[in-house]
Amino acid sequence: MSYRASFRVWRGDDSGGGLQDVTVEVNEGEVVLDVIHRIQATQLPDLAVRWNCKAGKCGSCSAEINGRPKLMCMTRMNTFAEGETVTVTPLRTFPVVRDLVTDVSYNYEKARQIPAFAPPEGLAPGTYRMQQVDVGRSQEFRKCIECFLCQDVCHVIRDHDDNKKSFAGPRFLMRAAELSMHPLDARTDRAELARDGQGIGLCNITKCCTDVCPEHIKITDNAIIPMKERVVDRKYDPLVWLGSKIRRRP
Amino acid sequence: MTALERHSYDVVVIGAGGSGLRAAIEAHEHGLRTAIVCKSLFGKAHTVMAEGGIAASMGNVNPNDSWQVHFRDTMRGGKFLNNPRMAELHAKEAPDRVWELETYGALFDRTPEGKISQRNFGGHEYPRLAHVGDRTGLELIRTLQQKIVSLQQEDLAEHGDLDARIRVFAELTITDLLKDGDAVAGAFGYHRESGEFVLFEAPAVILATGGIGKSFKVTSNSWEYTGDGHALALRAGATLINMEFVQFHPTGMVWPPSVKGILVTESVRGDGGVLRNSEGKRFMFDYVPEVFRDQYAKTEDEGDRWYTDPDNNKRPPELLPRDEVARAINSEVKAGRGSPHGGVFLDVSTRLSAADIIRKLPSMHHQFKELADVDITAQPMEVGPTCHYVMGGVEVDADTEAAIVPGLFAVGEVSGGMHGSNRLGGNSLSDLLVFGRRAGAGAAAYLESLGDRRPTVTDDAVDAAAATAMAPFSPGATGAAGADAAAENPYTVHADLQQSMNDLVGIIRRESEMTEALERLQVLRRRASRVVVDGGRRYNPGWHLALDLRNMLDVAECVARAALERTESRGGHTREDHPGMDPEWRRVNLVCRKAADGGIELHHQPSLAIDPLLLALFERSELEKYLTAEELAVLADEQPVPGQAASSSAAVDEPEGRA
Repeated sequence: MSYRASFRVWRGDDSGGGLQDVTVEVNEGEVVLDVIHRIQATQLPDLAVRWNCKAGKCGSCSAEINGRPKLMCMTRMNTFAEGETVTVTPLRTFPVVRDLVTDVSYNYEKARQIPAFAPPEGLAPGTYRMQQVDVGRSQEFRKCIECFLCQDVCHVIRDHDDNKKSFAGPRFLMRAAELSMHPLDARTDRAELARDGQGIGLCNITKCCTDVCPEHIKITDNAIIPMKERVVDRKYDPLVWLGSKIRRRP
Repeated sequence: MTALERHSYDVVVIGAGGSGLRAAIEAHEHGLRTAIVCKSLFGKAHTVMAEGGIAASMGNVNPNDSWQVHFRDTMRGGKFLNNPRMAELHAKEAPDRVWELETYGALFDRTPEGKISQRNFGGHEYPRLAHVGDRTGLELIRTLQQKIVSLQQEDLAEHGDLDARIRVFAELTITDLLKDGDAVAGAFGYHRESGEFVLFEAPAVILATGGIGKSFKVTSNSWEYTGDGHALALRAGATLINMEFVQFHPTGMVWPPSVKGILVTESVRGDGGVLRNSEGKRFMFDYVPEVFRDQYAKTEDEGDRWYTDPDNNKRPPELLPRDEVARAINSEVKAGRGSPHGGVFLDVSTRLSAADIIRKLPSMHHQFKELADVDITAQPMEVGPTCHYVMGGVEVDADTEAAIVPGLFAVGEVSGGMHGSNRLGGNSLSDLLVFGRRAGAGAAAYLESLGDRRPTVTDDAVDAAAATAMAPFSPGATGAAGADAAAENPYTVHADLQQSMNDLVGIIRRESEMTEALERLQVLRRRASRVVVDGGRRYNPGWHLALDLRNMLDVAECVARAALERTESRGGHTREDHPGMDPEWRRVNLVCRKAADGGIELHHQPSLAIDPLLLALFERSELEKYLTAEELAVLADEQPVPGQAASSSAAVDEPEGRA
């Protein structure tokens, strides 16, 4: 069942690089990460690749395979024809460290800008009561393994580096939605923060993030659109507008 | 002297999984300036792999549960070799640690009353595992990660700097601990990204590095699990206990070959999945050992009734502790009754509706569909044992997690004692939190005792650590092994180590094979000293592996030596040539330490006595299966009468404040 496959692997660092051709053995049932490991063990021992669990649970081995953002550990080799060349390149949205490894610190910075869960005051540990149907909405978003494929594919930052400053990306808009939908989160300004701090207005719902999510989270439909609606409700709802005017009177 | 980046902290936590993060949170709460070092990116630690849940006797699903019942189950699971004080603290404190996670933002699955839901698991008498589908570990790591961020946000408000009092160093590997006399003075390592060296000067170091599975070929563990903390502790003069006890999880994937070993959660069985051999027989009924005979169903009908009526029926033997199930599967395959790819069948498709399977076991459904083309809602899975967890680890004080080296602490999988000879599923995540918190507090107390007398790091020690780390770049520098011999590839040496451990010190052990393993390890050590790596220092996985090899070899030798010495079978240590469990061996802990010549020294140490008040939680007839005649004779005089003890003793208090 083994065959020799043609791989093209990007090698280089922040000063430049290019695709290197490699011919490598492939066995039954293998995934792209297995083949990358074989290349490392037998041909290019210093080939840089980031990975951990090899089971689709940690979100470390993100790369672009034939131009599509994917987890290397969950991409079966039998999805390619035997004669097909498989090209593996680093995530394009983030700066290259070396070979297939990129600097994803942008994501950790954005994570630190979201105000944490605010526990309800006066509710002792052990007395939290929530219904499954209510936690279910946020639980969908907490399936996120932080592979950052959604961030990589999002054209707001993929093609426009300057937007990185003002745009948090789908992963963190979803985090805002998750907190906003948490049954016991005490903050009431999540929508405003998504508008002013995370640049939710820049998202024009092309759903690329949903397409690449290995956890099949409906990022656009279930997180970003409801969040956009909350922003709009607050800012443009005529009743809310009238209420705010009336309340402001002396 | 060596060019390097220097940091000074009160405490350095090595490892950013559940135990490391919980320890760091506690250290921060005690006002310590805290560094968290992760070998990978922040939030990728092995804790994410935990699937089934976190064990805590909250009693949300069955109100009969209490810490006493949890303690009993834990001791039975560990075949009474557990550090009894750790098992007691763990059972008592686990509920508070779970409830605390909700205040950090965790969202567990719920009961109809809105409480945290709890599920059945092997060896646990009642439904006890708080869970989020089958991705509980991910919830735990994300919750703690986000709690760390929230602490940083508080520090930003107060000090103007997110990193003022707790900082995360991602993709940084520690290669050596540095000491001042007897005491810990710091840690030395390298940034994976740049290859540049880093020195942490710190009077307290908390090891939270996880396990050793990467020394074995078939394992559920990720690349990080190279026994770093175990080896750092050994080289710093600390002791390891119970290293012969390695848990082989009964259900790993067996096909396709590239995913062999990937975990299949025990929740599949907890939620109704059954094990069958190639003849279609539920073989586990033939493998209930004497010590558990009274606690498990004798017929399939009774086992099936238990899922809906647990008060009047006994649980099916698929839910025996992991060591029993793993051995049974091994025997079935050996007897020629295995599945086509050398495992057995685990079937949940005939037991639950497709919708229930997808709701309760979403990542198993996903994993089999994507990696093996198997639809678990319609077909059985093929499963077999996989190296999963090491019960052995750094010998620590139960209350503070302090090792014998002043300033050194260990917590989670890298520590030893809590789980005895075999860990129950679900007891790991609770272990991380209970003892993570205690280690953070232990470090704070140690710092207070030091006052202004802070240990210092010498330049010589730093230079030596740097030279060791650079050795794989300079062939022949390590000299003695023979510079003229052929250079070795780190990947090949690693593969040979994994194969040796798998074949010779695996699930079933024999004296001759372990003797051979020790010989092979000596050869591998010599080969490892000749490893040469290509390329430069920037993100060079060949170099990283070359440095990790040193740790794996130290730890593998501890496992093999202790396994050869213990001439009985107990929990995660099965000797074909000594199949029985021997009460005399229950009183012995095997302790490893580093000898002057760099090898591993082994000695016997009496295990801790179990408090009579804790022993009173068991029927005498059960204790007779584990204790020596001598221990039982003493017990007859001292043992309080169960029931009377409840009012007179702290150890058997009623469960506290159950909400």
